[in-house]
Amino acid sequence: MDLFVAVTFQLVYGIANLALISLGLAIIFGMMRVINLAHGEFLMLGGYTVVVATNAGVNIWVAMLILAPLVVGVIGVIVERVIIRWLYGRMVDTLLATWGLSLLLIGLVTSIFGASTATTISPPLGIIRIGDYSASGYELFLIGVTLVLFLAVFATLKLTKLGLVARGTMQNPEMSSALGVSTTKIYMITFGLGAAVTGLAGGLLAPVTGVLPTIGATYIAKAFITVISGGSAILAGTAAGSILLGGINGIFSFLTGPTLGEVALLVAAIILLRLMPRGITGRFFRKSL
Amino acid sequence: MTGGNTGMRPVLIFALIGTVFMFGAPYVLQLFTIINLTTAIALAVLALSLALVWGFGGILCFGQVAFFGLGAYAYTMGAINFGGSTWAILVAILVSSAFAAILGYFVFFGRVSDVYLGVITLTVTLIFFSLIRRTSGPEFKIGIAQIGGFNGVTSPPLNLPWDTSSFLFPEQVFYVAMAALILCYVFCGWLMNTHFGRVCVGIRENELRAELLGYDSRLYKLGIFTISAGIAAIGGVLFCNGVGRITPDVFNLYNAALTIIWVIVGGRGTLIGPIAATFGLFYLTSALGGQSTLNNNLVLGVILIFFVLLVPKGVAPTITDWVARRRRPRKASRRARRTMRRDEGSNA
Repeated sequence: MDLFVAVTFQLVYGIANLALISLGLAIIFGMMRVINLAHGEFLMLGGYTVVVATNAGVNIWVAMLILAPLVVGVIGVIVERVIIRWLYGRMVDTLLATWGLSLLLIGLVTSIFGASTATTISPPLGIIRIGDYSASGYELFLIGVTLVLFLAVFATLKLTKLGLVARGTMQNPEMSSALGVSTTKIYMITFGLGAAVTGLAGGLLAPVTGVLPTIGATYIAKAFITVISGGSAILAGTAAGSILLGGINGIFSFLTGPTLGEVALLVAAIILLRLMPRGITGRFFRKSL
Repeated sequence: MTGGNTGMRPVLIFALIGTVFMFGAPYVLQLFTIINLTTAIALAVLALSLALVWGFGGILCFGQVAFFGLGAYAYTMGAINFGGSTWAILVAILVSSAFAAILGYFVFFGRVSDVYLGVITLTVTLIFFSLIRRTSGPEFKIGIAQIGGFNGVTSPPLNLPWDTSSFLFPEQVFYVAMAALILCYVFCGWLMNTHFGRVCVGIRENELRAELLGYDSRLYKLGIFTISAGIAAIGGVLFCNGVGRITPDVFNLYNAALTIIWVIVGGRGTLIGPIAATFGLFYLTSALGGQSTLNNNLVLGVILIFFVLLVPKGVAPTITDWVARRRRPRKASRRARRTMRRDEGSNA
């Protein structure tokens, strides 16, 4: 029984982790049909923000929950203004430009902080016990944050004026712009918000994974397949993709070790796309957010 | 995207220049430069394979290094097991092409759109990277060859066909590499002038129209994808011979990006552009590696953004367009000019 609870906890944490690292990417993809290849580097920047701020004496919670999303969100807006906005409607070029941005950010951070960081921060919150097994309290906290984040995005899209306008732009940009909505402004805000959510995720994961200029590469493979398998609905897609792929990854990792877990995740995603080329939400839950 | 099918003449001219270089270079250059050049040639074959599948097939493959690395690993594993390189080269090409065919079946027959395809191929590459990095224990081996994980494996050198005792010297490997590059280049040029190549370009230009004319675009895409993976594998074989070992780092994000940058800078829709860009950027990155003020990633990122925003066609098509414009009679009417622009494609 205790083993069952402990394994289930790990499974849920794996799913939440996947959802957390993918949500920012999904927001940008769902709203703008832009796949941000610099997503991993936005996560990395969030992590660096936390490490630098904590070392400068800022409270770790403030650094993670406020500074990381703020800094990366501002960077996102700048990126949108300088690079992305010239490339709307040219999906392939957007991909390539964000890939260039990804290399640029890796290079920039390496130049400033060096190729490796000695300073790490340990995860706050202690250990919780499940019978004979123990689990990290911080992992439980991350699961909670993921849920809150999903609720917040849902509330923003469903209940606020900005969310209404954003959903309209998502469905039909020409019509929204004819009705007087400044779509360029919406795109700018969306990109900034997506970046902020990504920064938050990166900041929250920094105590668990540590930070390196190249750490983005370890996240993006998983984040990309989750979002693509999920389809274009932001929340339902990310949730469905995370549950399915995170579940498969967790089960295979438990049975055969972490090496095959990622391979199983990839194979599952490729077979899924053969059956549903537009992702899960391209077939099911079409009307969902 | 520019680039149609305008005959074999430019291809053969460049092949001739390459042959002259191949026989001339060892007399002029030092051995160290020749060894370095071998690596650059291997990478040029990789660039050529991406130029084929992306520039002509219109397939956005971000993971061409996966086939390159897979070829290099298959060659190394094969050569260790067979004790000679002859069959290992064949195995490398077959493994890579077979993997591409399986992956291609899922993505093309699932009708996955091009952007998704780019992301999926990139993901496959990154998963190879993390998978092979974890294989460092003695239990991970193929036949008698250990995969070696993070540190990679030493690749056995090429030998004369079916003569496992006569290994090639670095200078001879250079000849082999250069000959392979020229042959692959001529092959690609020829392929694009066949019926198959023309249909591929037609699908790139307008997939729906090609399908309405009765061509099954999925099969053609799968075909060109598989062929280009085989060519990338040849590059991989040459690469691990030039460097002497193969590590999981071939699969990393940096190398995947580098391949894309060669083709973007050289120009999509040409074959010679990406090859030339590979040599140019190879020497740029080598020079950058020797100093520490400017980070390699930083420079490549700036180059990529610069080209996407300002020179989206790449260098080779921009030059040919410029030459074409200079040659054109001034007084030609606008209509004639437009027709000419349509007729003159760059195909080298």
